[in-house]
Amino acid sequence: MAAVTRGSFIVFRRLLSQQYRCRCFRPQCVSSGRSVQTLAFTRDRTQRRFAWRTLHTNTVNYGPVVQFKLSDIGEGIMEVTVKEWYVKEGDKVSQFDSICEVQSDKASVTITSRYDGVIRKLYYEVDATAQVGMPLVDIETESKVIQEEDVVETPAMDQEEHTHQEIKGHKTQATPAVRRLAMENNIKLSEVVATGKDGRILKEDILNFLSKQTGAILPPAPMQHIQTPPPIPVAIKPAPAMPKPMFTGKDVTEPLKGFHKAMVKTMTAALKIPHFGYCDEVDLSRLVRVRKDLQPVTQAQGVKLSYMPFFIKAASLGLLHFPSLNASLDDACQNITYKASHNIGLAMDTSQGLLVPNVKNVQMLSVLEIALELNRLQTLGAAGQLGTADLTGGTFTLSNIGSIGGTYAKPVILPPEVAIGALGKIQILPRFDASGQVTAAHIMKVSWSADHRIIDGATMCRFSNLWREYLETPEQMLLHLK
Amino acid sequence: TTPLLSSLSYPSLKSCLVAVRKGVLIFQSKSTDIHQNLALEDWIESNVDLTNRRLFLLWRSRAAVVIGRHQNPWAECNQEAMRNAGVPLARRRSGGGTVYHDIGNLNLTFFSCRKLYDRQRNLKAVTDALRRARPELDVRATERLDIVLDGKYKISGSASRLSRGASYHHCTLLHSADGSALRSVLRPQSLVSTATPPPVLSPDDPIFDTSFPKLLNAVSFCFSPEFGVSSPLAVLDPSDESLFPGIGRIASELRSWEWTFGKTPKFTVQTEINLSDDLTLERTTAQLHIEVKNGLVSSIDVTFQHQWLPQRLIHELCGVLTGERFCPHRAAAAVSALIRSERDEAQRRLHDLSTLLLTLWGEFTENLQRE
Repeated sequence: MAAVTRGSFIVFRRLLSQQYRCRCFRPQCVSSGRSVQTLAFTRDRTQRRFAWRTLHTNTVNYGPVVQFKLSDIGEGIMEVTVKEWYVKEGDKVSQFDSICEVQSDKASVTITSRYDGVIRKLYYEVDATAQVGMPLVDIETESKVIQEEDVVETPAMDQEEHTHQEIKGHKTQATPAVRRLAMENNIKLSEVVATGKDGRILKEDILNFLSKQTGAILPPAPMQHIQTPPPIPVAIKPAPAMPKPMFTGKDVTEPLKGFHKAMVKTMTAALKIPHFGYCDEVDLSRLVRVRKDLQPVTQAQGVKLSYMPFFIKAASLGLLHFPSLNASLDDACQNITYKASHNIGLAMDTSQGLLVPNVKNVQMLSVLEIALELNRLQTLGAAGQLGTADLTGGTFTLSNIGSIGGTYAKPVILPPEVAIGALGKIQILPRFDASGQVTAAHIMKVSWSADHRIIDGATMCRFSNLWREYLETPEQMLLHLK
Repeated sequence: TTPLLSSLSYPSLKSCLVAVRKGVLIFQSKSTDIHQNLALEDWIESNVDLTNRRLFLLWRSRAAVVIGRHQNPWAECNQEAMRNAGVPLARRRSGGGTVYHDIGNLNLTFFSCRKLYDRQRNLKAVTDALRRARPELDVRATERLDIVLDGKYKISGSASRLSRGASYHHCTLLHSADGSALRSVLRPQSLVSTATPPPVLSPDDPIFDTSFPKLLNAVSFCFSPEFGVSSPLAVLDPSDESLFPGIGRIASELRSWEWTFGKTPKFTVQTEINLSDDLTLERTTAQLHIEVKNGLVSSIDVTFQHQWLPQRLIHELCGVLTGERFCPHRAAAAVSALIRSERDEAQRRLHDLSTLLLTLWGEFTENLQRE
């Protein structure tokens, strides 16, 4: 097997064109002294990755507008359907950039540009029929090239010649636009510090050179030799050794959409509710042991048992005694509705954002059934496949932010509910036990928020104490089994 | 080891080089991952110099649905059925129609430079090879570039891609099929893609009891009479980044939502929906008009016959759905958040409307209009 792979490897190395091998297998050798093709990468992902740019020595004059005609597809096909444009009017294109995608009789064809220039006119809309031999786009070219068709390309192995401006025996690389800028400002390219790849001179370098022309010492360039010593003024501090990095990042603005847009509305409504907070800590040492004992049993049934099913069931048992926490207040604040079902929501961090699916009718479910349901919701959530049924109808919410991190929090109530709890991470901390000895305890912090219009502090506190009791002594839950 | 690998004769390095000098290389992909194999085709097209060479690639894939470059995935296949069956969707770079790939479907790709692009010749080589392996079979290539068995069963479809310098033509070859799986995920019209459609073979037909390795050998040697050289088969591993630099990135791009769904040409959905309120027993109908561009909802309009919901709520609903992916789950998340803020009748009706809308998302067949 290994022999074949090596064999195939060597075959492939011979197959690949010269330039590709130079580029990929010996990247360290590239320097401005060698004649290397500059490789232009464009933004378009379907574009062939190795578009080769040919540089011209001509002075840059915008040339004539050329009609670029649709060339022969082969097999005698006379017309094609334009399926996608990669450019629009006014876009700058380079030779070999993709212009459009056309389809004909099960063949998908990428049409590439013959020249550098600017697109001036598109002759067809998407889904229109284009004729072979008729104009496809108008390109205002940068040079005096007159050829009009996208000729079928035979990969040229002999395009080794490059046009570099040779100044004092050194080859410098710069695009035509940069050369023009230098020429207009009477700048010698050899004197400019190149910060581009492979010692290429960029527009920023020309601008930097211009701004420094009044006096500062030019910093020594790594790949160039400066022939004339620059003037040294008396009182100015020498510039730093490295050229200043230019930050070219741009702000990106995009409209809010979908879920995030809807959340703006929900959260605005949520903060109209007068919240009050109540925090406590829970000693989960016994629960940790119980869960450890139960895990093999649940695993045998293919169910993953975390702490959440216990937290959820304990909350439901608590809500039986404090139904006002499982209620809803109407818009006019006239009536309070005590919900019969305990649909306990679980805040879930998904790829789309924070979604809150809920487990329906927890009052009727056992801890194992809750665990099963949680598994189902977690799988759907991870795949981004939660549906409306799972995401609506919640009456009470628990947010396990501790699974990511944190201790205390200040959760926001999700309307139309009236209470929410945020669970911190479980930490092992020293605590005094009943006999006054320091022991390692599994401590989790909980932060509750409730609607102060209908819930008072005492109610929240008593609910929290009851919930805590069920978790600190899990055997108490046995007393309430039905 | 799978029968695929064990039956191959591993070529010696020398014979590989002989093949190179004479200009034809025959390779087989080790992978059965649809995206990796499509990425391999893409990589070969971009990186191999085909001036004086032909390259022939064979691959198979585990169950997957592959749509053509410019097709609409929602129109071609049932996304939910595919999700439930665990069948992935891939969009290839070449044109043509939808195909269901599984281990019973062999893919043959003929790479050449554009000047030598000739699909009929490629298909002739395949039919000749099949006849040599099983002389009694009536296999013929049609004008539509299909291969039919006994004049009525379509066992192969073609698609191709042309770019600057390179071209490839690939075709499938059905040698054993799971018809039921195929029927459950593809929409009816995808199975019949031409005016006078030949039906796809049913799984009960004993088409080829040629074993797969024998078939593979027969097909791989189909180059000899037609293209003048006989080359042994070499196996490629498309997950090997050192052999194919950059292939991982191509495969990721092919797996991405932006490529698979985002490249769908613009389409419109126009339909009428019926709504009823279970509490008040009122009924109404609504006209739904949705435009989808690049896989995102570019506009949505719901016009009711009677006063059903407050106008600002309809406006908000359309607002949260616009600009989002044409995906029922994304829409469900957005709509659920909106439902929270409503009460009573408005909430009930909004909930029903949303549920109805989301079942329609991706379920359009009769109502689909391509622009």
